[in-house]
Amino acid sequence: MPRSRFTGLIIIAVVLAVLPFLLPNNFYLDLAIRMLINACIVLGLNLLIGFAGQISLGHAGFVGIGAYATAVLTTHYGWSPLAAMLAGALGAGVLAALVARPIFKLKGHYLAMATLGLGIIISIIVRNEAALTGGPDGMPVPALALFSFELSGEKQWYWVVSGILLLSLWASLNLINSPFGRALRALHGSEVASQVVGVDVAKYKLAIFVLSAVFASLMGSVTAHYVGFVTPNVADFFHSIELVTMVVIGGMASIYGSVIGAVLLTALPQALAGFEGWETVAFGAILMFCMIFMPKGLVPTLAAKFGRR
Amino acid sequence: MALLEVSNLTKIFGGVRAVQNVSFAVDAGIVYSVIGPNGAGKTTLFNLITGIYVPSEGQIRLDGRDIAGVAPHELARFGMARTFQNLQVCMNMTALENVMVGAHLRLDRNLFKGALRFPSIARRDAVLREEAAELMRLVGLEAFIDAHADAMPYGALKRLEIARALAAQPRVLFLDEPAAGLNPKETGEVDILVRKVADSGVTVVLVEHDMKMVMNISDQILVLDYGRKLAEGTAAEVRRNPDVIAAYLGTHQ
Ligand SMILES: Nc1ncnc2c1ncn2[C@@H]1O[C@H](COP(=O)(O)OP(=O)(O)OP(=O)(O)O)[C@@H](O)[C@H]1O
Ligand SMILES: [Mg+2]
Repeated sequence: MPRSRFTGLIIIAVVLAVLPFLLPNNFYLDLAIRMLINACIVLGLNLLIGFAGQISLGHAGFVGIGAYATAVLTTHYGWSPLAAMLAGALGAGVLAALVARPIFKLKGHYLAMATLGLGIIISIIVRNEAALTGGPDGMPVPALALFSFELSGEKQWYWVVSGILLLSLWASLNLINSPFGRALRALHGSEVASQVVGVDVAKYKLAIFVLSAVFASLMGSVTAHYVGFVTPNVADFFHSIELVTMVVIGGMASIYGSVIGAVLLTALPQALAGFEGWETVAFGAILMFCMIFMPKGLVPTLAAKFGRR
Repeated sequence: MALLEVSNLTKIFGGVRAVQNVSFAVDAGIVYSVIGPNGAGKTTLFNLITGIYVPSEGQIRLDGRDIAGVAPHELARFGMARTFQNLQVCMNMTALENVMVGAHLRLDRNLFKGALRFPSIARRDAVLREEAAELMRLVGLEAFIDAHADAMPYGALKRLEIARALAAQPRVLFLDEPAAGLNPKETGEVDILVRKVADSGVTVVLVEHDMKMVMNISDQILVLDYGRKLAEGTAAEVRRNPDVIAAYLGTHQ
């Protein structure tokens, strides 16, 4: 029994509980909320990339599907936020399932290119359907109202998003240590070995791809409501790369690494804001530095250093 | 009826006829060995029977059912398990988890129940952990029960694969050179282990270069050479066979 499986979860819960009382103003609370939302998306993506070993360079496409399903269906068609959110998730899931079979016949670079293409197609559609989506200018999104309750203000959002993250962390920790999760990790470790013990590899790849797409879409909807506005950037290539970078920096196949990666890379642009136009260069340099000295990512590297696996 | 029946099996890779027109039958409950010089087609034969490769020609029957071309994960359902000559251990998992994966088909693999950690899943996993540890002891890996796979030496990993295969509770177990790279002491342990497995009623199909081990434990031996069946029989019969002597002594000395 891994003794310390939930220790990290408890620490995160405590930090999340006291954080709002330490933050000086809403600017930081807003930053924290964006970190937490990213952490959720990255967690789902890490299940796919880190645990199952299947790269996706188009994951922002699924975030975009959720964000725009929410924006378009609530604004133009008067759907309730919950219904729009679920419709987006359903759409993302169905799309992921449809493309999964052909895509996962591919490996390595080919898989990267195929998912990249998928993401780009989604972002182009969003950009071009200006009548519905507002095109490159984006469109506003109404507040998140569930039944008669309307979510408003950074404080409320913070608690909701914290709750979502804690639940997702708990479920992910359970999943990777369940028969399903072990099969997933096994097909990453040795596809042929997992097959001969009975793992239907194609089915498992499909399942985890759909799961992470649905989750990305749900978090896209949440982001749209929180920000109150969506632009095509949410679905574009750079966002996809950003998400993958968070996975890699935090640590592939590391649940807590997903959180650390998302927190650091969401904060970094803020921290580098003083570099006046050189932020991107500094950003790139830090990433290169991390990859050269910690190719396994932060959390696995530190865990190994301090003698824990 | 034999448990496994192979008839006129052929596999061609480009121009290479790795397995040519091979036929044989394996009765339930025996140790059946496949020997032959390097490149004779032994591993290819295993890959054909366990569904990794699709035969170019011929039939493979398990319990009389034609299984040629059936996917490996389907064959696992029929009670087939195997180990690999080139190690196929999941280095991203612990030793114990590698063994637990072997029990895949005997578990409730539901994603949602797993994510929500249903009590039934948690209970079954706790029992499985014990079963897996027991299997590791059986194959002589008690020292590695808490180890991560990537921290284990080669000889231990070879036996870890056997434990994983046994976790599936197979009816027929294919072992591709389980003693390769092991020292004499470890080889002796694997020898005893294979006997134990066979005695428990599992049919064992064995590829092994260690002739002492093969001659000792095999009920029946198939000799391959250049993809063809050269001879088949008991250890004594095979040892006397002039073709076998020519092929073996001729190429090896
Ligand atoms: N996937 C493949 N593609 C092309 N040729 C192959 C493939 N697998 C095996 N071969 C060829 O088929 C022949 C038989 O190889 P195989 O690995 O089955 O031999 P083996 O009897 O297991 O040998 P060893 O004792 O060295 O393990 C060899 O000539 C090999 O090069
Ligand atoms: Mg071989």
